[in-house]
Amino acid sequence: MLRACLRGANATARNNCRRNPLTSVQHCRHYTAGETSGATKVVAAGLLTVSSGIGGTILYAKWDHKFRAAVEKNVPYSDLLFSLALGPSSQEEASVEATHIISAIGEVPSVPAPCDTEAAVAFCVYMFALEECKECHDHKDTPVTRPVEEVAARLAQQDQEEQDILASVSASLEESLASSAKTTLQAIGAQEAALQAITQHTHKLKEAMEAEVPPQEKSAQWKDLEAALANRTCAMNDASTALLKANETLGSLKSVIDKSKGLNIAAVHPLVLAAEENLHNMIVDLDKVVTKVQSAESEAKIVSQYSELVNEAKQQFQREVSSLTPEIQANWKGLTGKLSADDLNALIAHAHRRIDQLNRELAEQRVREQIHIDAALEQQKLEDQKALEKAVNTTLQHVKEEARLEQERKLGELREVMEAEMRTQLRRQAAAHTDHVQDVLKVQEHELRAEAEQVLSSKMLEQETRYRQLNQEQLDNFTLDMNTAYARLKGMEEAIDSHVVAEEEARKAHQLWLSVEALNYTLKTTDSDLPTIPLKSAAEAVRDSCHDNDFALALASALPEESLHRGVYSEASLRARFNSLRSLARRVALIDESHNSLYQYFLSYLQAALLFEDEQKAPPTQLSREDLDPFKLLSYASYCLEHGDLELAAKLVNQLRGETRRVVEDWLTEARLTLETRQVVSLLSAYANAVGLGTTQAP
Amino acid sequence: MSEKQLGKKVDRCLADGAIKLGTGLGLGIVFSVLFFKRHTWPISFGSGAGLGMAYANCQNDLRSHYLLHKSEKEQ
Repeated sequence: MLRACLRGANATARNNCRRNPLTSVQHCRHYTAGETSGATKVVAAGLLTVSSGIGGTILYAKWDHKFRAAVEKNVPYSDLLFSLALGPSSQEEASVEATHIISAIGEVPSVPAPCDTEAAVAFCVYMFALEECKECHDHKDTPVTRPVEEVAARLAQQDQEEQDILASVSASLEESLASSAKTTLQAIGAQEAALQAITQHTHKLKEAMEAEVPPQEKSAQWKDLEAALANRTCAMNDASTALLKANETLGSLKSVIDKSKGLNIAAVHPLVLAAEENLHNMIVDLDKVVTKVQSAESEAKIVSQYSELVNEAKQQFQREVSSLTPEIQANWKGLTGKLSADDLNALIAHAHRRIDQLNRELAEQRVREQIHIDAALEQQKLEDQKALEKAVNTTLQHVKEEARLEQERKLGELREVMEAEMRTQLRRQAAAHTDHVQDVLKVQEHELRAEAEQVLSSKMLEQETRYRQLNQEQLDNFTLDMNTAYARLKGMEEAIDSHVVAEEEARKAHQLWLSVEALNYTLKTTDSDLPTIPLKSAAEAVRDSCHDNDFALALASALPEESLHRGVYSEASLRARFNSLRSLARRVALIDESHNSLYQYFLSYLQAALLFEDEQKAPPTQLSREDLDPFKLLSYASYCLEHGDLELAAKLVNQLRGETRRVVEDWLTEARLTLETRQVVSLLSAYANAVGLGTTQAP
Repeated sequence: MSEKQLGKKVDRCLADGAIKLGTGLGLGIVFSVLFFKRHTWPISFGSGAGLGMAYANCQNDLRSHYLLHKSEKEQ
């Protein structure tokens, strides 16, 4: 209880002593108020710099789309600024291309958000690379970050749009092609007709000039010529109108082609290319025909000039005309058609004749019309030059156009080839990518598996250790319980044993006590003068009941032999005997070793007869010399005996000397015996009582 | 028993005395009759001797305890 109080006191003391110093430190912060107001000039300069920077960036972005793209990519919200300032960026085709590529790569399952998985990241990188490769086509690279469904829808939409556009474009192209073809054919026809007319006219003219025919035929010829001229002019007009129309239609076709080119859809290209080729062909044909017509015209002009010249010189050089006509015919033939052998011969003949004629003319004209020839030459030169220029231009254009078409065709082919190649490459890349993805997935799988296995093993280990721990705990608990139970059992057993032992002891003690009581009782079994029954059996019993107790054994064996074999006298008998003994002892009081004659006997008798002492006298605590008188001793002894104090009586009787002593010797021995026995028995009984008390449990 | 010893001794003494006295008397008488012409002195002598002997015996007997005997001495 004291400890409990102390503990309580300590606890209360501790509680009281626990102080929570609520020291709140008030920090007074002196916020340095703001900045010092800067000069407005500095602020204005800064603002100016910033605004000029922004303006310059916007301007440059307007000029350079790549720069704009870069800025939009790197600077957030710049795309808003740019769209506000410049309008939306026109580079949205990359998504279309990308979707095309995506649609081409059928194995790509999804286009997830960038940072989901490694595969997605790789795919995005790959897509990014794809965009990079598309940059060479001047497309903006937009990383594809849209989800699958949107992309698919967009793809479908775009495909649909493309299809529509394609259909419309093809329709328009076909329409315009058809119309232009028609008009071109018409024009060509007209041109051909014009050509024919021209040739006819020239022919007629030539004929008219060359033929030496009678005048009516001449007039018929001239009429024919005029008709032919009219025809020619009409045909030329027709041809020119048809040409104009054809040019118009061709122009429209070109515009349509340009427009459809402007749409810039891949599927349109071949159509466009075909249309362009057709256009080119038509233009070429037209031009050819036109050149033909022009050449015919020039020839006609030449011829007309010639005819004029001839007409001028006809009067003079009719022969030459007539000689020239077949040559010109031959020339015409050579101009209009293929050269046959006759024509070649005629040409050679004409050449010869021409040489002759020229020589003659040279000789003649040199003299007369040097200037005319010079002028004609000049004119011819000019015209030739013009025609050459025109022809050169047209051929140049044609060639250019052809080259361009060729280039376009080649480009288209190349594009196709490249596209096919790209498709194969992309397929390869896709395959490689899938392989890579597979590998990566495998590796990932391995890693994840390893990780999972590790986690599993660690968890398993943990579980196992926990299980083992629990097991161990259980075991320990069980062991503990078992131990406690065992200990308790042992304790109980020990208790029981000790109880048994104690009971045994108690029984033994009881037995001892009983035997001692029996012994004690035997002491009481005396008749008046007979000794007790021999204590041997009782002593045996006592010895038996205490054979493991040395003390009791010692005591039991300390019993005097006489008592064992013969028994002892009771106190009463001893008392009676003493009483009877006393008189005798009185009578021989004077007798001792020195006084032992018969006379002394007589005297002692006399003394005994005459001396009267108290029957019983209380003995003093200390015997003095006077008390050693036999008579006194005897009276003391009597007193003691009467009061039950055998021991004191024996002690007193022991003080007797001489004959008295000899007389009471036996009594004394008996008394000693009795006393001894009684002492032993009382000791035994006390011991038995003590033992019994010790073993007996208090209720 | 020791207290009876004295009694026994006294009995013996008395008996012995009686015998000795009687024997002495008897012898005295005898002697006096026989030898000493019926004087009384041998009777008294004999009885006295007898008595004296008895007395001496009795005394010796009573005293015997206090005397060291030869055998005891030798032991």
